[in-house]
Amino acid sequence: MKVALFATCLTDTFYPSTAKAVVRLLERLGCEVSFPLEQTCCGQMHFNTGYRSHSVPLARQYTEVFESFDHVVAPSGSCAGMVREVYPTLGVSPVPTHELSEFLVDVLGVTDVGAWFPHRVTYHPTCHSLRMLGVGDKPLKLLSAVRALDLVELPAAETCCGFGGTFAIKNAETSTAMLADKMRCVLDTGAEVLSAGDNSCLMHIGGGLSRLKAGVRTVHLAEILASTEEDPWRATP
Amino acid sequence: MARNPVTWLGSPTFPNAARTALADTQLRQNLRKATGTIRARRASAVAEMPDWEALRLSGEAIKNDVLSRLEVLLPQLEEAVTARGGTVHWARDAEEANAIVLRLCRENDATEVVKVKSMATAEIGLNEALEEGGVHAIETDLAELIVQLGDDRPSHILVPAIHRNRSEIREIFQRRMGISVSDEPADLAEAARLYLRQKFLTTKVAVSGANFAVADTGSIVVLESEGNGRMCLTLPDTLITVMGIEKLVPTWQDLEVFLQLLPRSSTAERMNPYTSVWTGVTPGDGPQQFHLILLDNGRTASLKDTVGRQALRCIRCSACLNVCPVYERTGGQSYGSVYPGPIGAILTPQLVGDMHDKQAASLPYASSLCGACFEVCPVRIDIPSVLTHLRAEAVTAKGRSPESVAMAAAAWMFRDAKRYERAQKLGALARLLARNGKITSLPWPGSKWTSSRDVPAPPAESFREWWRKNRG
Amino acid sequence: MADARTEILNRIRAAKVAPAGPTPRDYRRTGEGGVELFAERVADYRAIVHAVSDVPAKLRELLVGKRIVAPAGLPADWLVDGVEWLTEPLSTEDLDQADGVLTNCAAAIADTGTIVLDAGAGQGRRALTLLPDYHVCVVRTDQVAASVPEALERLDPLRPLTFISGPSATSDIELNRVEGVHGPRTLEVLIT
Repeated sequence: MKVALFATCLTDTFYPSTAKAVVRLLERLGCEVSFPLEQTCCGQMHFNTGYRSHSVPLARQYTEVFESFDHVVAPSGSCAGMVREVYPTLGVSPVPTHELSEFLVDVLGVTDVGAWFPHRVTYHPTCHSLRMLGVGDKPLKLLSAVRALDLVELPAAETCCGFGGTFAIKNAETSTAMLADKMRCVLDTGAEVLSAGDNSCLMHIGGGLSRLKAGVRTVHLAEILASTEEDPWRATP
Repeated sequence: MARNPVTWLGSPTFPNAARTALADTQLRQNLRKATGTIRARRASAVAEMPDWEALRLSGEAIKNDVLSRLEVLLPQLEEAVTARGGTVHWARDAEEANAIVLRLCRENDATEVVKVKSMATAEIGLNEALEEGGVHAIETDLAELIVQLGDDRPSHILVPAIHRNRSEIREIFQRRMGISVSDEPADLAEAARLYLRQKFLTTKVAVSGANFAVADTGSIVVLESEGNGRMCLTLPDTLITVMGIEKLVPTWQDLEVFLQLLPRSSTAERMNPYTSVWTGVTPGDGPQQFHLILLDNGRTASLKDTVGRQALRCIRCSACLNVCPVYERTGGQSYGSVYPGPIGAILTPQLVGDMHDKQAASLPYASSLCGACFEVCPVRIDIPSVLTHLRAEAVTAKGRSPESVAMAAAAWMFRDAKRYERAQKLGALARLLARNGKITSLPWPGSKWTSSRDVPAPPAESFREWWRKNRG
Repeated sequence: MADARTEILNRIRAAKVAPAGPTPRDYRRTGEGGVELFAERVADYRAIVHAVSDVPAKLRELLVGKRIVAPAGLPADWLVDGVEWLTEPLSTEDLDQADGVLTNCAAAIADTGTIVLDAGAGQGRRALTLLPDYHVCVVRTDQVAASVPEALERLDPLRPLTFISGPSATSDIELNRVEGVHGPRTLEVLIT
């Protein structure tokens, strides 16, 4: 199956290891992956901050870049949600874009991707994956099938971590208070790794955990699913 | 035109108000406990209903129908109420509504009125207006009474004193009622009962809101728990009801949807203890004078907004407040309005009707857009979509600002992959700020981030560079 | 300047809201619950529930020695001896000082454990069931509707209606339900 990867600007720039993991994982599952280099940003930050007019050309650009593909996969629930749920309200018809776990479970029809990840992991479901896209328990099904992985439930998992894009800046104190509660829940699990399907939320929670020197790492779902015994996940420096 | 009292004069913008509220640990503890309790109870009350989603869809559709036919339904209601001996008044704004109530009080020689909890009368600042006119309004709902006796402001739609715990309530009651009472909720409720009993038995005029008004029969519906509503709706000689023009349902049958949606969404009960329905005046039973005031106060302006008008479907259940992670931490008073929380963030700015008002314009940003509010809304108001819609209005009203310049520059950069890649490479220089792969301090506005979170150092090689080298 | 009514209606017209589509009604209009469910759900509100075959006998057991408001239209055999029955005309003070009130009802709802009064015979005007602190309500099994929609169908909205689900209560202190505020603090339901 031919698929295009929409890496998202954040992952492309700050978390290349996640995008590489998506490529490795999809290729392992028999996909032919393309990465159109004309892609940039889906326009979500502009749209969500009230700069709707700036988000429209970015939405059109996204559509032009990806319209020749049957499937686009993005390692981000919120960017996929922007494309699928918001583009139509901007008068831009969306290219079929899937968040990674949806693509694996719904399109490829797999829950066991042959991964191996010998760590204690807890999962934060991220708001847009959960409520905008409705991915449900697909990420947990995928994680449950990972060999050697010890999955522990995150208390109050469905509560927002407080990122919210420019919310984290505009309402920094409130965002921080939400983050503090999320971090307490993460630490309560005793997990070594916090995973999620969105690097934006992970940047937020991970940034807080790093400040606390909490010793819990944040790892995108794609990197866990790409990890195998032969080619295990390694922390990027 | 006079300013709309839906926001409190002199309130700081949301981020500033929130900063103060977040520092109040007692407040955060009270809110965490109360919202946590009600969230769990609501979830189980809703789980009991296999047709909950179907009810939500019907609720949404009925209210959309109402909003599209107000021109017909309001006169229909007026005619039905009048035919049954009631008097209908129309009020364009708060000032006009308050003047009508005051005039009716004076016509009845009333210097005191008893009140059933009502958002519409809180929105128009009725109590203050009556006080200025020499009429004292006595709030009879327990939480409203706590707020009134504490010289406080409301912080929740359903439970205006949600920010107060039992020991704070005890302190207010002891101080203002001159009694000694324990902090047991049952004893506090008993104290309120004794305090208000004589008022109920002797006051001649009552003021209420309305949860619903049935257009084809002229019936008004009030849901409550304590019986204070029944007291006000039954014992006085004169009843004045103030309702927003959007509170209609077309038919008696439509009520079957809302009597199922509202109690489970608000107090998480299968049914609230008391629901009163009355139509005009019933000879020999209840108030023999009934006045209904139909209030606009910004609603028709919202009606013009194709996205924003869905806020007028709201039935004031407050489920969105109870699940909102922002509300839980900042409390309701941070929103500077009688309508706090997610619904307040979209309703208040529309009722104010001026995005140049900095406080009102800050409200649509008081959300991480997590969507928990939309998920629980019994009439399916897509609050996140209205929030981003109103943010766009706020941006337009604000015009050129450092933020708008930065946003324009970012959009320009993103519109071209080559510019984006050059910016990426420049940005990678931020590695120079990093230690051990992280940046712990950035200049403003990045400092707002780094005050509590590290930033990962950008890697030496972006994904696209890697792709070009390895796959290109 | 136009009067408020004209101006508001003009504003509404100017908003030009497009007609909404047909209203879907895919929710349950009927229910399976009967008298047992009704009894269980009324009891959940901490009301006292009795299934009785002999109403007068039960009333004698509950009410003897008390001053009880009797609205016009109650069955004659319910007005048992040994009770001081208070009948209209009654002042607000009379009602406030009564020990309780006995009524029948217009309908009941199993799904929600609700009784509905419509001020008909055997119920009286609304104040009668509000001021006394104790309310005994007799519900006939054939009056129990399974669902809210079924109950509303049986009611006449032009009559003053009171839906009662348990004794008066409040959730205003820390969002937990506490029984007993202004309305009757004790509700006793006799199902017959």
